Amino acid sequence: MLWSLQSRENIFQRALYGSAFLVVAILILFFLTLLFKSFSAVWSNGWGFFTGVVWDPLAGVYGAFPLLLGTLLTSALSLLLSLPFALSIALFLGEFFRKGLFSAALRSSIELLAGIPSVVYGFWALFILVPLIRRLEILLGVVPLGVGVLAAVLVLAIMIIPYAAALSAEVIKLVPQDIREAAYSLGATRYEVIRRVIMPYARSGFFAGILLALGRALGETMAVTMVIGNATKMPSSLFDTGNTMASLIANELAEATDPLYVASLTQVGLLLFGVSALISLAGKYIVRKYSVEI
Amino acid sequence: MRGAVYSRQIMDKIFFSLVCFFSCLSVLPLILILGYLLVKGLSALNWRFFVRLPQPLGEAGGGIANALGGSLLLLGTAFALAVPLGLLVGIYLSENRKSRLAGYARLSVEILQGIPSIVIGMVIYSWLVLPLKSFSALAGGAALGLMMLPVIVRAAEETLKLIPSALKEASLALGVPYYRTILRVITPAGLSGIVTGILLALARVAGETAPLLFTAFGNPFWSFHLGRPVESLPHLIFYYATSPYEEWHRLAWGASFVLVAGVLFLNVSAKLLTRRWRVQF
Repeated sequence: MLWSLQSRENIFQRALYGSAFLVVAILILFFLTLLFKSFSAVWSNGWGFFTGVVWDPLAGVYGAFPLLLGTLLTSALSLLLSLPFALSIALFLGEFFRKGLFSAALRSSIELLAGIPSVVYGFWALFILVPLIRRLEILLGVVPLGVGVLAAVLVLAIMIIPYAAALSAEVIKLVPQDIREAAYSLGATRYEVIRRVIMPYARSGFFAGILLALGRALGETMAVTMVIGNATKMPSSLFDTGNTMASLIANELAEATDPLYVASLTQVGLLLFGVSALISLAGKYIVRKYSVEI
Repeated sequence: MRGAVYSRQIMDKIFFSLVCFFSCLSVLPLILILGYLLVKGLSALNWRFFVRLPQPLGEAGGGIANALGGSLLLLGTAFALAVPLGLLVGIYLSENRKSRLAGYARLSVEILQGIPSIVIGMVIYSWLVLPLKSFSALAGGAALGLMMLPVIVRAAEETLKLIPSALKEASLALGVPYYRTILRVITPAGLSGIVTGILLALARVAGETAPLLFTAFGNPFWSFHLGRPVESLPHLIFYYATSPYEEWHRLAWGASFVLVAGVLFLNVSAKLLTRRWRVQF
């Protein structure tokens, strides 16, 4: 007996308390690190950071608007593109085929899709998707770059489908059977039951699923950086090259030497952190607020 | 009247076909990705692929042994950092559900889970790489560990919450001290859920590249030193895939195949574990 029982109890309690405290401290330190490291950039870039369209480290001009636009554009478009697929999968798994071979096959393939690392998605897109897009661009008569916003949107859409679908399917399953049956007994068709009963009921879950997918799309780095072309300018069309916040950090942080350059990159990171934290909080709020009614 | 009923039924049929169509179509990318991995990846594999270092450009027969070893080292470091802390936090959260600290800790874990991996790499870069003045396996492991943490905490909390309090009360009534009750009775009862969470967390970070870019960095040679840069599978894929050389692309396909197979193995074993080895109450 090295320590008495009482002191062992104390140590255990303290370890539990301390670890919970440590997690909170890590997050606060995380935020403070980003804040302090980007402070000089926030000071010197001012509002130009959000409105400037020129990102030129050599001239010391850091306007992040093209990045914000790039991130917003790729995430929003990929989300739009993935929505019909995610909703269909959710209905397929949660409503039409709850059990059986079909649903097992679809469910496992969705799980597989979610498990593939993003760098493999990027690699695949670079060698399969980009040549296809190049062919399309030749057909349409635009500059056949292949890489660009469209490639990023497509690969992101594929990547986020499982996230939105899995959560939505769970929510659809939670809709009580008796209100479904009540609607059927009134003579509603399956489509009407889904539209008038299940959708309104499961709305908060859908939103949570969409938010989850959005958070993933905003922060996705590797797959995007491999196919978007990494040109920090305003993309003129879907086929043009562009850049996103996460992809810019991945490309430039290791080479940045000028303190203001590093600070500006950190400011981009701070912005990403803030947005992702907001999305997490919003997701939590939605789930908490609407799940009470159910 | 009759027409209205028909049109509603037709609408129903159209909707059902649309759902089936979109669902089936979404499997297509998976088939394409796995197909290419199988075709291009399998042909790159042979025993030299697993045991040799990358050869200089132009010489055939290079392997990815350093990346395999490096990935194991990084995952081991992440495991050692994240599992004890994650378990303790999970136990705290399931034992003190209502306390104020638990609320804050739960919120922190939730936010931590949503942080883009590249930002995690960035912060670990300024915590561990800048002060130590070197890219290192330790920094890479810490970045991956930070990404594992939320998954482990969630898994531990959710599992331990479900264990009936009668079990705990019985143990305490027998005079077993509190810490032993938690460590010897409650935690083992929830072990399958916790191990599943750890496997899923490992699967989540095994393929992460972004947090390793400025932490573990990459290294064309063997290294098992925690304080030195180290290669990893995902980083090797990224580096080789974006290079212009045919031979390196071949290696990258092989490495992708190995990586996806590894992640898949972790996911499947997590799933089997929950199904086969579950303590029933």
